[in-house]
This record gives sequence, C-alpha cells and structure tokens, in this order.
Amino acid sequence: MKVTFPHMGSMYICLKALLQYLDIDVVVPPMPSKRTLTLGTQHSPEFACLPLKINMGNFIEAYEQGADTIIMAGGVGPCRFGYYAQVQREILHDLGYNMQMIILEPPQKHISELIVKIRQITGERSWLDIIRAIRFAWYKARAVDEVERIIHRVRPRELEPGRADEVFKKALGWIDGAENKKQLDDAVKKAKCSLVRIPVDNSRNPVRIGIVGEIYVMLEPFANLEIERHLGRLGVEVERSIYLSEWINDHLFMGLLRIKGSKAAREYAPPYVNHFVGGHGQETIGSTVLFARERYDGVIQVQPFTCMPEIVAESILPTVSRDYGIPTFCLIVDEHSGDAGVLTRLEAFVDLLQRKKETVAEGAEKKGVLQCADI
Amino acid sequence: MPLRIGIPRALLYYYYYPMWKGFFKALGAEVVVSSRTTKDILDKGVKQAVDEACLPVKLFFGHVLDLKDKVDYLFVPRMVSVEHKAYICPKFLGLPDMVRHNIADLPPVIDVTVNMSRNEKNLYRAFAEAGKVLTANPLALRKAYKAGLKEQERFERFNQLGFLPHESIEQMEEGLAARNFSPGQPQNMTIALIGHGYNIFDTYISMNLIGKLRDMGIRVVTADNLTGDIIEERSNELPKRLFWTLGKRMIGSAFHYMRLDSIDGIIHVASFGCGPDSFTGEIIERHLRRRGNLPLLNLTIDEHSGEAGIVTRLEAFVDMIQWRRAAQ
Repeated sequence: MKVTFPHMGSMYICLKALLQYLDIDVVVPPMPSKRTLTLGTQHSPEFACLPLKINMGNFIEAYEQGADTIIMAGGVGPCRFGYYAQVQREILHDLGYNMQMIILEPPQKHISELIVKIRQITGERSWLDIIRAIRFAWYKARAVDEVERIIHRVRPRELEPGRADEVFKKALGWIDGAENKKQLDDAVKKAKCSLVRIPVDNSRNPVRIGIVGEIYVMLEPFANLEIERHLGRLGVEVERSIYLSEWINDHLFMGLLRIKGSKAAREYAPPYVNHFVGGHGQETIGSTVLFARERYDGVIQVQPFTCMPEIVAESILPTVSRDYGIPTFCLIVDEHSGDAGVLTRLEAFVDLLQRKKETVAEGAEKKGVLQCADI
Repeated sequence: MPLRIGIPRALLYYYYYPMWKGFFKALGAEVVVSSRTTKDILDKGVKQAVDEACLPVKLFFGHVLDLKDKVDYLFVPRMVSVEHKAYICPKFLGLPDMVRHNIADLPPVIDVTVNMSRNEKNLYRAFAEAGKVLTANPLALRKAYKAGLKEQERFERFNQLGFLPHESIEQMEEGLAARNFSPGQPQNMTIALIGHGYNIFDTYISMNLIGKLRDMGIRVVTADNLTGDIIEERSNELPKRLFWTLGKRMIGSAFHYMRLDSIDGIIHVASFGCGPDSFTGEIIERHLRRRGNLPLLNLTIDEHSGEAGIVTRLEAFVDMIQWRRAAQ
C-alpha cells in the first residue's frame, strides 16, 4: 500500500509525519504546479471550484509516482467539499486509474470515528502508537504556524527583500525532516535563530492587512498566487484569519484543544450573517469585523470562483466595510488567474491603504463611507 | 384592509408557493406575487447582486425589487433544510442576509428559518413564527398551517398527474383544465428535463425551453412528476448520500428516467456557476456515458444567453434523436 493525499499549503508536512511515524509508505504528490493544475482542470467538471481541480492534479501526479491509495477528507455539506471525494472517485474510475480511496468523514458524534478510519489505514499498529503519531503530526502543524507567524512580521520590515522567504523555505525543510519531538524543537529553534539574524528596520510602521476567505485558497500559496509573499514584498504586514493547526483542531479534533479557533469569528458574524452558510462564509464576515476592531488597515477576501459560501459573504462584505470604515478587497481565483494582473490589483489596493493611513494620521478620518475596492 | 404579503416569483416559489399562499390566505392576508420575469426585472436584479452570484439569485433580487413598494411585508424565508440531514444550497442559507444588505428601503422582511434537518416539527415552528405578524392566536395558526399543507398536497398531486409545477400553480389559481389542457398526452418523443425548477419553469430565463420542446411535438417530464420515494430510492444508488435536496432530486430523476425505454433523451439545464449542479451534472453525465444508450444535452444558462443559440442546439439534439431512431 502506497498512500497519498491532496496538498493544502504545508499540510503535507503533518500528514507525511503521521504516516511515516506508523511506518506506512507515503507518496507525497509533487508540489502543485502549472502541470498539476492543467491535468486537474482537464478531467474535472468545468464549474467545480479550484481546490477540486488542484486535488485532482495531485492525485494524477501521485499515481504516476506509484501511489495506489488516497486519503481524502469528507464532509456533510452544504459546501461542495463534502462531496469532492465522491466526484474524484468517479473521475479516477473513468480514467482507469485503479486507486483505493479512504475518506475520512468528520466525526459526527465522537472523535473515535476518526480514529477508527485511521485504523483502516494503519492496520495492526497499537492505539498508543496511533495517538502518538497524531500528536507528533499536530506538533508539526504548530511548528509550521509558529514560524509562519514570525515570517509575516519580518517580511515587510526586512532590509533585503527575499531573505525571510529563503529562511522560510529552509525552515519548512527542517521541520519536515524532523523525526522526533526533540529534532522538531531544534528545527523550530534553528528557524527562529535564522529569522532573528535577518536585518530588519523596526521603525517602519507597515500597512496591516487581514486575509479572510475560503480555507484552501487561504492556506495554499499556489492557489492564492502567493498573496502573502507579494503583500510582504509590498511592505504589508499580513495576518491570516485561520492557521493550519486551528483548522485541524476545529475540524478533525472537533475543537477539543482550547486554542483560538473559528468559534470566536463566528460570534462576530451577526447581525450581518445570522445563520451558518456552509464553508467559512460566516467566519469570513466575523473575521473581517474582528480585524476592523483590531484597527487593521484593510481586509482581503480570497475565494475560488463559484465558491457558494464565499459569494454570500462577498455580497455582505460591503455593509461591514461601511459600518466599520475598513476597506475591503475581494480576490477570486480560478485556473485562469495570472499573477501579473493580481499583482497590479494588489499594488493598487495597498496604495489606497497607504494613502488612507497617511490622511488618517493627519486627523481626517471618514466613517460610514463605503470603501469596498472594486479593482 | 388586509395586510399584503409579497412573495417573489423566483427560487423556491416553484416548489412551495401553494403552501405559503394557503397559509397566509387562511390568516386573512392578501398574497402578492411579483410580475412574471421580464428583461427589466432581470437587469435590475443583476445590477443589485454581486457578479459572482448565480442567475437565479440575481433574478430573485429583481423580483424583490419589483415587489418591495407594493407590499407591507416581504416573505423571504431562510430555507436551510427541508428534510433530514440535507441542505438546499449555501446561497439559500444566506438569502435573507444577502437581500437585506444589498437592497435599500425594503419593507419588513419575514425571514423565518426553516430547518428540518434535525426535527420535522420545526416546519410548524417556522410557520407559526411567520404568522405572528398577522395573529397571535395559536389555534388560527395551527389551522392555517393545515390549510397550507393541504394546498401543497393538492399541488403535488397535480404534478404527479403530469402537470409541471408552474402549470399546477396556474391550474390551482385559474383552472387550466377548464381550458382543455392535458399535459400527459402521449407524443412521439419524450424528453426528461433535469434542472432546478426555478431555472426551467421560468419562461424568461429558460427562454421558454419547455414551450419550444412542446412545439416540436415533444412531451416533457421532470423530477416533479415523480414521487419522493422514487427519487430517494434512485439517488441512494450513489455510494454516499447527497446532501443537497435539489441535487438529489436531479440525480434521482436522472437515474430513474435513464432506465425507462419511453425516454428518448435527457436535457440537463444548469445555471452558470451553480455549485451543486457542477457536481450533479458531472455524476449524471458519467453514469449516462457508462450506460451509453441515452443522449444527453447539457445546457448552461446565464444572463447573457442568446435565444438563437439555444434553439440551434435543441434542434440539433432532437434531430440526432430522430436519426438514431431511423438507424435502429
């Protein structure tokens, strides 16, 4: 059995750790590339959302490298993600790829449902080992997020643009390569030391932008055209509304661990969105309110084209923008997105924010004006 | 003067209007429906909605705009779920919020939540909540609720007789049967039309697809002509139960019709960018292709659809079915 899984940002680091800890053969699909997307788009339904297409490409590329079993997550709707695995299985079947799919449906009642599914993959391993493996994977998720948070702070302040990204790339490698908790701690320490050594200008007062929106596009740099890196280069300090470890805790551990999760964001969604709308629609609105309260300079919503929950959020975002006086900008991505166009739009938005920041500093604040940038 | 309650002629109007009307009428309100879709209504809706919203949602906005100055209350229920563990669509879950934040100067909106996912009794609760603006008398509410259910049952009986939902509604309002209308007549060709009711029964946005097929001498059947049991049974052939009620109707009816010899072809109508349709359409297409005995036409409609293009494709499809027959 050679197991593979779809990519979502740095999630591969955790999944690989989890499976290798249990001595299971893993095929990590090649990082998403133009080829992945082309392969995926070719075989997927035209109006399916972008994550499905990239996943499809991952599976095909993993199959080429010898994978025969896919681990995929499920769901209970109403977001389409819950039915991804079913459609993907039909497509793989018609392509003649003989791959087994193990679908981890979110635990409905108890976390044990998830463990039972993992058992299906792990076979004879003891429960203790499995729990240890999950814990180790969780530590890796936390480690990646810890480093990423620092990167977000360093990027807009570094004196030589690009240094932080170099370190980040290396740090991901160190974390990925760690075989036990001790090595992992060392990797994080090493990453932190390298980051501290990057020369920065702490007197800068960068524009701060919060990123909200659909989880996959937020976490996968290939899907969001590396928006965080681009913004960092433009001198913007970026904060994301959700990190991988929080998502894992919310969705796979059912919020068992007491860390910041999407619940806080949902509480701020009313009166704008009064009901759960599937996916992260409510969180998008709630996080925007939170960012506004923390006096961020702007919010960018990212979503894949035709994403249903985000469309609901998008149509309500202008009201939030007006009420809180926070400029918002919506970036919709699909297989046709090109980075030059996106970069121009980001530059325009950042210019607007910078100007606003300067005028506000002079004491000419405007509230109650719609500031939703339609660029 | 009775209170006027406005119901937009869009989205779930084609599924639940008789129930809503029966309920409000029994409570002594006057029910006002928006005008039939016109270019003007659609254009206004398109202007108010975000670009990415699908055609039926944009159209709903248009109908709300058409109604808003004519009524005392606007009925925009939040239809979360109408059956156990299945949803309608995320956009329906957020519909009252989208309407409220995109259209200015609205009359009060009755936005009760209908969520039968966990408990079917929630339906009565939703109606009781909606009726609060008219009466506080629980007995009257219960009676009106029963009246609404009765109307809905009548509506579904008409549908199973072979009427299409928009005809059944007309039938119940004015009486088509009196005008010698019988939908179930055998024709030399029968086509199953698979699509959301709010797309295929709106004569403007579907570009009178049903009328055009009938003019060619074709009988049209839809998911609405089937009982819920058949749809449930057929859609259960999928390895995982579909969690969209309307998607399940489409899958169930397509799986049922593709087994009938009396069906000559299937037309799948989707609106551009519809989330669930992108999946249900794909599954239907793949299953049909594996069987390989029934032609399928996939039509995507949006606000720019040109009528000539649709006519050409319909004609080509029908011609192809006829050639297939001649060749056999």
